[in-house]
Amino acid sequence: MSNRKDLLKRSAIWGFILLELAFFSIIGDQLSVSDQPFLAYDNMLLVLKQSAPIGIIALGMTIIMINGNIDLSVGAIFALAAIVMLDSMTWPFMQGLGDWAIPLAWIFALMTGVIMGAINGLLVWKTGVDAFIVTLGAMLGFRGLVFMFNGEQPTSHLNWTLVDFAEAQFLGLHTATWFLLGTALVLWLLMTRTVHGRNAYAIGNNREAAVNAGIRVGPHFVWNFMLIGFLAALSAVVFYSESGSVNPNDGMLYELWAITAVVLGGTKLAGGYGSIIGTLGGVLAIQILRKGLGHIGADTQTVNLVIGLILIAVLVLDRQLNRKGQGELKI
Amino acid sequence: MGLTKQDIGKVLAKQGILIAFVVFMIGFALANQRFIAIDNIAGVIRSSAILGVMALGVTFVVIGGNLDLSVGSMMSFSTIVVLDLHDKIGPALAIPAMFAMTLCLGAFIGFLVGYLKLNSLIVTLGMLSAIHGLTLTWSGGKNMDIADKSGTWFSVFGQGEVMGIPVPILIFAALAALLAMLLAKTPFGRKVYAVGGNGQAATFSGIPRARVVFYTYLISAFCVAVAGLLQASRSLGSQNTVGQGMELEVLAAVILGGASLLGGSGTVFKTVIGVLILGFIQNGLLLVGLDFYVQYIVTWVIIILAVWLDVAAKRGRLWSPIA
Repeated sequence: MSNRKDLLKRSAIWGFILLELAFFSIIGDQLSVSDQPFLAYDNMLLVLKQSAPIGIIALGMTIIMINGNIDLSVGAIFALAAIVMLDSMTWPFMQGLGDWAIPLAWIFALMTGVIMGAINGLLVWKTGVDAFIVTLGAMLGFRGLVFMFNGEQPTSHLNWTLVDFAEAQFLGLHTATWFLLGTALVLWLLMTRTVHGRNAYAIGNNREAAVNAGIRVGPHFVWNFMLIGFLAALSAVVFYSESGSVNPNDGMLYELWAITAVVLGGTKLAGGYGSIIGTLGGVLAIQILRKGLGHIGADTQTVNLVIGLILIAVLVLDRQLNRKGQGELKI
Repeated sequence: MGLTKQDIGKVLAKQGILIAFVVFMIGFALANQRFIAIDNIAGVIRSSAILGVMALGVTFVVIGGNLDLSVGSMMSFSTIVVLDLHDKIGPALAIPAMFAMTLCLGAFIGFLVGYLKLNSLIVTLGMLSAIHGLTLTWSGGKNMDIADKSGTWFSVFGQGEVMGIPVPILIFAALAALLAMLLAKTPFGRKVYAVGGNGQAATFSGIPRARVVFYTYLISAFCVAVAGLLQASRSLGSQNTVGQGMELEVLAAVILGGASLLGGSGTVFKTVIGVLILGFIQNGLLLVGLDFYVQYIVTWVIIILAVWLDVAAKRGRLWSPIA
């Protein structure tokens, strides 16, 4: 019985995606001003590509939330990594390196993300302050670091090799899509096939029991925060390789979009329950909705309205399906 | 009988935020005389008033054991609505209409969190997005401006002065005093603490938990409406995203004031102190010649130190016992 319920919940998001696709391709194509059908191959490729920036972050957020933590600083890490990547390519010694500057700039950006994540993780571990507050503070602090580079001016550096790489298609899929799918695969393996993944569920489910079973909760948290820092930076690397220009306010509210996708994907805020595949579904559902509403000519502003209401509806439905889950957010 | 380490810890935990505030003020005052000039202080309070008013309402929600992430986009909504209606039905009708609509939003959230017992973080996250969409739909995505900016009495709330004191400060102070009384001196206030401190115990002792939570969101929405009024009246025109990101700043001020996100603790007075600390840090750092972004970094350090000391004093040791 519980298995069937579980299956229902796990597949709910994919059912919702099918519903969206059916709606936008049948009704949507009647209303659409575009002569291209919604389900056109190019359109679907674009959906995947545009899911990548938030998607890569949301996948990492899933693990943080399965732990029972949350990370509100990912948007700021995203912007900081982007600025480090673009700014570092203008440093004198980097310019002498030709195209070798690109991988080096990526490494700088990714390391920035990992270090920022490590700071969050160590603070959560050593001070015992809740992750919500630690990362809320970091959201402001990291944003301050972003402004240190160029004040309120945008940072730009267009490198055509980089743009070509980011716009390339391999086996039909865009570079960004490959990064999204690759991240999903790696994290899925991590969560379902490794000790670390099993520990993540155990800690989220019952922290005390996990401690008693000998799991070192503190270092585990630090690893996960480093991981999401890395992923936020990876997301920035993928996105800004193509655009080549970053505003100091970029990435704001990304944390909230990522959390929305994770929750739509069925992960519990209280921790201990959730899946990488579900989050991938949540990310796609949001992006298809965005695209679809644009397709039928609805104002883009209605997207926010619809997504917000769907998020609440999911919560209400979840409650009806799972009356037992009285677990409230423990901060 | 000297002071033991624990005693110092307890004093720090109880009044730490006030002590930090005083130290800050003295430090900045020594660094720059202008910092303690009356007009500078008035300027800081005035520019903190909008954030402050919102923080007052969120204090109730947080003490009741919930979160409200929707206040930022709700404030954008109130601002846009009142500006739009100002030219359509006149300010005298626009203000009550805007208050009514904002309170409806608050009631909706209160219903979902209070009566349906949904998770407040996700509900208000969803509402953040939904209300943002509502605002954009209302305004069609365009900036909203009052046509006749010089000929309207509407500007009195944000720009007026009474006996030399700016009106926003008066409204902030009056609302703070009123809500402080409500929280500290009335049965309703005690119920808010009870519900946030231990919801189950509160229910068992006959407190209508759902209704109390519902009212905390109504209070929050009312404060947001006031903040929207101040914002609209100050600038007489607005973007759709005027309140974007403020939900987290408000929360930072409330946490800085010492309210626990677990619920059951915090006071209106401490929240006001939290708001003022944020405002004076920002002002003080600018006055000593540092760039504006330094305040973000300083705020980060202060939030974590403040909460860390609080947590450390409660558990009696500095470092966390997490393995």
